[in-house]
This record gives sequence, C-alpha cells and structure tokens, in this order.
Amino acid sequence: MSEHILLPEGSLEKQTTTLNLGPTHPATHGVFQNILELDGERVMKATSTVGYIHRAFEKIAERRALYQITPLTDRLNYCSSPINNMGWHLTCEKLLGVSTPKRVDYLRVIIMELARIADHLICNSIVGVDSGAYSGFLYVMQYRELIYEIYEEVCGSRLTTNIGRIGGFERNFTNAAFEKLEKFLDEKTGYPAQLREFEKLFTRNRIFMERTIGCGPISAERAKNYGFTGPNLRAAGIDYDVRHHNPYSSYEDFDFAIPVGTTGDCYDRFLVRNEEMWQSLSIIKQAYRKVQGFTGAEADVYHADVPAYYLPEKKDVYTKMEALIYHFKIIMGEADIPAGEVYHSVEGANGELGYYLISDGGRTPYRLHFRRPCFIYYQAYPELIQGGMLSDAVITMSSLNLIAGELDA
Amino acid sequence: MYLSTIDISLILEKLILIVVVVSASLVVAMYTTFAERKVAAVLQDRRGPNRAGPFGLLQPLADGLKLFFKEEIIPNLSSKFLFILGPALAMLTACMTSAVIPWGDHIDFFGRNVSLQIADVNIGILYVFGVVSLGVYGIMIGGWASNNKFSLMGGLRAASQIISYELAMGISLIALLMITGTLSLKEMVVQQQGGFWNIVYQPLGFLIFLICSFAECNRTPFDLPEAENELIGGYHTEYSSMKLGFYLFSEYINMFISSVVMSTLFFGGYDIPFFDESVLSPNVAAILGIAALMTKTLIFIFLFMWVRWTIPRFRYDQLMHLGWRILIPLALFNMLATGAGVLYFN
Repeated sequence: MSEHILLPEGSLEKQTTTLNLGPTHPATHGVFQNILELDGERVMKATSTVGYIHRAFEKIAERRALYQITPLTDRLNYCSSPINNMGWHLTCEKLLGVSTPKRVDYLRVIIMELARIADHLICNSIVGVDSGAYSGFLYVMQYRELIYEIYEEVCGSRLTTNIGRIGGFERNFTNAAFEKLEKFLDEKTGYPAQLREFEKLFTRNRIFMERTIGCGPISAERAKNYGFTGPNLRAAGIDYDVRHHNPYSSYEDFDFAIPVGTTGDCYDRFLVRNEEMWQSLSIIKQAYRKVQGFTGAEADVYHADVPAYYLPEKKDVYTKMEALIYHFKIIMGEADIPAGEVYHSVEGANGELGYYLISDGGRTPYRLHFRRPCFIYYQAYPELIQGGMLSDAVITMSSLNLIAGELDA
Repeated sequence: MYLSTIDISLILEKLILIVVVVSASLVVAMYTTFAERKVAAVLQDRRGPNRAGPFGLLQPLADGLKLFFKEEIIPNLSSKFLFILGPALAMLTACMTSAVIPWGDHIDFFGRNVSLQIADVNIGILYVFGVVSLGVYGIMIGGWASNNKFSLMGGLRAASQIISYELAMGISLIALLMITGTLSLKEMVVQQQGGFWNIVYQPLGFLIFLICSFAECNRTPFDLPEAENELIGGYHTEYSSMKLGFYLFSEYINMFISSVVMSTLFFGGYDIPFFDESVLSPNVAAILGIAALMTKTLIFIFLFMWVRWTIPRFRYDQLMHLGWRILIPLALFNMLATGAGVLYFN
C-alpha cells in the first residue's frame, strides 16, 4: 500500500466522489448496491443496501406444506441448490424423527459434495475473471457441466434442482448416473486433472497473488464476531466445519481434512476453496466406494420408510388403499406435521446454512427462518473494502462468494 | 516556379501508397479482431466464430456491419462535440502512425524506383512517439465527455498509464538510438540487415519496450482503462454504434502498429534472417521482405493475445509501481550501460 500525502483541511484534493457500485454492475454478480465514497480510486467509505431480490421466502414458507418448500430453498444459493435441498430435508426429518438408511446418507453426501465443488469452482474462477483472467473460468466451467449432467440423471433438472425428497431420493441412482460420476472423478480426463491445471494457472501466478494477497482481509476475531462460517471463516484461521463438528448425513464415516488459512484475505479464501474441492473429491470417492459396497436388497434402498411424507410408487397408488390415501394427503398438502421446534444446519458451500423451523401442528410451518451465510458476510463487506482500491472491492465481493439470491432470500 | 520541380508522379505514387498502407493496416486490424476471437477460442477450448463465411472468415465484416447499424446514442448531458471528437481522434492517430514504417525495400515498377515507405523522415521514431502520445487524447476526451464516473475513471487511468509508460519506453529507446545513431526507421533496418539484429545488443531495452507496448495498447495485464469488471466499459461505457467500433478498432490498429514498430526496431524490420537479399531481383526481395516483416508482426500480435487470455490484470497502484519504480530505473540503468558500452567500443 502506498503512503498518502497529507493535505491541509478543506483543500480541493480532499473532496471525495460518490460512486454507485451496483445494483446493475458487472462486478456485482447479482443485485447488490454499494454506495462508495471514493478518494481517487481509494474507497473511503462504503454503504451497502440489501433487498433488491427479496422474495419473502420465509413468509411464503408459512403457507406451504413441507415438500413444497424445497423449491424455495433451490433459489437461495443457486450455485449449490442440492445442498440447500438436502439441508431442508434433513431439517424436516429431524422434526419428524425420521432416520434414514446409510445408503441414502451416502448418496446424499455424493450429491452434496458435488454441489460444493460446483459452487467453489464458480467462486474461485470468478475471482479470476474479476482480476482479469477469463480463461480459467471456462476451463472449470466445462466440468460444472458434468456435475449438472449428474444432477440431471438423478433428478431431471440442472440449476434449481429440487433434488431428493423427505426421507431420501425420488428414485434410485441409475447406472448412467454412476458412469457420469466416474467420468467426473477420472484422474486423467476428469475434474482432478482440470483442477490441477486451474491451480497451475492461478496459485503461484505473480499478478494474481499481488492482486489477492492482503486484499479484503478479516481477522479471526472479527470474523467470529460477525458470525462468519464456512470457507470465509476457515480462511481466517478457525477450523469450524459443520460436517465435522456436528455431523449429519453420516459425515462422521468419512475421512477428510479441514483446510484453514491464516490471514482471511482473498488469496487465503481462494486457497481454502481449492483445497476443499480436493477434500470433496476424496469424500465423493469414499462415498462412492461405500455405496458400491451395498449388496442384495440393500443396494436398492434409496429412501427411508416414511409413508406419510414420502410419495408412494404410482403402481401402488392404483392398487393399494393405503398408498392412495397417502398420495392424496401428500399431494394436497394435508399431511400434518408434529408441533415442535428444530434447528438444523448443514455445511453449505458458502458457510453454515441453517433452517430454524417452528411448527404448531397443522400442515405448514408456523415460522421458518433460513440462516443464510451470505447475509452475514455482506454485513462485513463495507468494513473489508474500506481503505482498499476500487479493484479490491470487486475482488473481495466475488471472493466472499456473495450470492444475491441467498443474501436477500 | 517550384511547381515544375515537384514530380507529379511522385505525388501520385505516394497517394497510392498511402491508400494501400492505410487500407492494409485497416484490413489487418480487422482480421486481428477475428484472430483475437479465434486465439481466445483455442486457448479456452472453444470453437470461436465459425458461422459467417467459411471458417467464420466474414465475421469481422459482420461485426463491422452490425456496429454501423446499431443505434447511435449520445448521452443528453454529455458534451456533444467532444463526445464525437474522442473516437475520431483515437482512430485518426492510430491510422497516422503507419506513415513512417518501412514496409519493405524499393520495388522496381516499370523502371520507376518506388520506396515502400510513405515518408522516410529523419525523425521517424520521434514521429511515431508523438502521434501515439496524441492517441491518449482520444481516450481522455471520450472518457470526460461521456459525463459518467466510470468513463472518467477509465480516461484518467488511461492518461496516467500511458504517460507513465511512455517515459520508460522513451528511455529504453534512447539506449537503442545510441547504438544506431539515427532516428530514421529505414536507416535502422538497413543497419540491421548488415549486422546483427538490435535485440542482440539491447535485450533489456527490448523487454522494457515490449512491456510498455502492452501498456500503450491497453492490453492485459495493463487493460485497466477498460477493466470490465470494475469500470463496466471504462472510457467507452457510454459509447455505442460505430463510435464504439472506432475505439475498439483503434486499439487493434495500435496493436498492429506496435508489433510492426517492435519488429522494425529490434528484429530487423523487413530483413530476412540468415539470407542475403542482394542476390535476388529487387522486386522479389521487396515482396519477401514484406512477408518477413508481416511474419514477425503476426508473431507479436499472437503474443499480445496469448498474454491477454492467460494472465490477470494489475491493480492501479501496482501498475504505477511497476512503471515508476521498476521500469524507469531499469531503463535508466540500461541507458547508462549502453552509453558506457558505446563509449568503450568506439
């Protein structure tokens, strides 16, 4: 950082400019407004605005049956919707007291870790794009396509997945899905090779390092006070990971490391995310091996036995009385949920994604709150960019992985 | 009485040459935009434009046509005259530089000795510098006249960047001039034809010159004036239609001219390496010379693109740091060392 020349009070050079960074600006991936007070290119003060795509999801959820809330969660962090979906299903299962078979847990882990990779690769490559290197973005983007094809094979959709059901998956994974997974995991032609190339392009790139080291840093103390979680907290040096500290979906069965940084700047966040992708790849491989280990009837299990909330098979609906009743009740949203209060959180790609669900009985939640990590990061954003250059502000925003859909809910 | 001493055919010859050179550099610049997209596509595992014409060869024409037919928007609160002057100036200065470049040796045209250089002025390289420096006015005026903060910042960035890097560029050139002892580009080429290329004597000077050329052309890693992610479009945020086209186009012409200047100054211009041109008939030698110059130029243009699609850009303060604290001292050192060398050997 260069030194500032001290000017007398009231001199013309001390005047600042107001600049609207957003709501429509190429750097704000989504709709954020930041009113910056600039001294030349230096950010003296920043004021953030939220609410540009607030869609009142929490309120809408109060009028919906549990399974109808899943599509709402898609639209939080749309870069990794499967994690949101699974987090919501796990919350419901906690309230309903459903325990899922191991195979379902492992399949969920595969999907969640794929989503984490999809999210991290976008975030990291966008940091590259915002620093002016576009090619790396397209390199990894091809492999997000492979991930999306796996989603497609499992649930039929790509971006807003609505994947899985309360109790498990809507159908068993097909062989094609596993083949695509193998193609993605292949050391030579799959994602690992590409990730290595991506790292080669950026990690020791002198210009990239100069741009990101010391850019938008946050201390562990400040990060904790703000309530940071996920990669952004880990980059600051705190090894908090929901998957390890409060395991869900049988994460305790897996062996993985939690990468941490030291300074909490953009470079550390970049490195932490890269390393997490490697860890995710390792988790997926472990999970895939475990899934392959199931034999006989166990190999066909893809959902828990929760007839009141899990749609029966169509052929049963036509032939069995019970199935017809459940089908009707679920579709019409008449499946009553027990009264209670649960909080469940998953390690979202962005941080701890929590669902706080209060039910007073009846068919819909009494109150549902999403703990959205982006909302918390964004509060710290003005502090992070203060004193930096305008270009730092842009990189910091993409490196925090602020997703407007999640921020405004 | 002087009129009779002016050779009418000379005027005609020069006029034709001007038309040929300017239109050739326009065509090259046009196809550079195409090459840029294709090179980017190759580097990014894509196909690139391939719909207009065979292999997409008509793409630049389609692009140009599109820009012409786009709606022309002049912001209400802009200064209209300056808003139009900006891109015009950028284009004009970009086209003017080609006047002093020796494209080849003489050709024999029906007994008439035609020089393949529009003007062999004895201050050739100074002229190039002068005109290139004027180019920044186009960007600054455009950025200021747009009455948009992003444009203004882009214009300011461009101005400070070009001024800073021109210093280092000029100083690195002084060292070269000490060796060649001439400012005429033609002279320099002739000197290099006899002996080694100047790159052998001036490797450091060339490196500095190359870096500065990237900065002068606003190319990555020095593309701050139009950094899309920060300044939207930089100085041309408010521009549309062919005025935007002029800005984009002048950038490519500048890139072409810089490549030619670099080839001429450091890589022997139209000299064919390891080959004695005097054994050929002058016409064949001239044509081969043009081809040699073009090959060198294309290699440089490819280098510009390769770098652009590989590395990130600097931050504003880092750019200034590199320019003032690293390149200028290095260039000064190079100048001193060269001076000492020249003094010692002569």
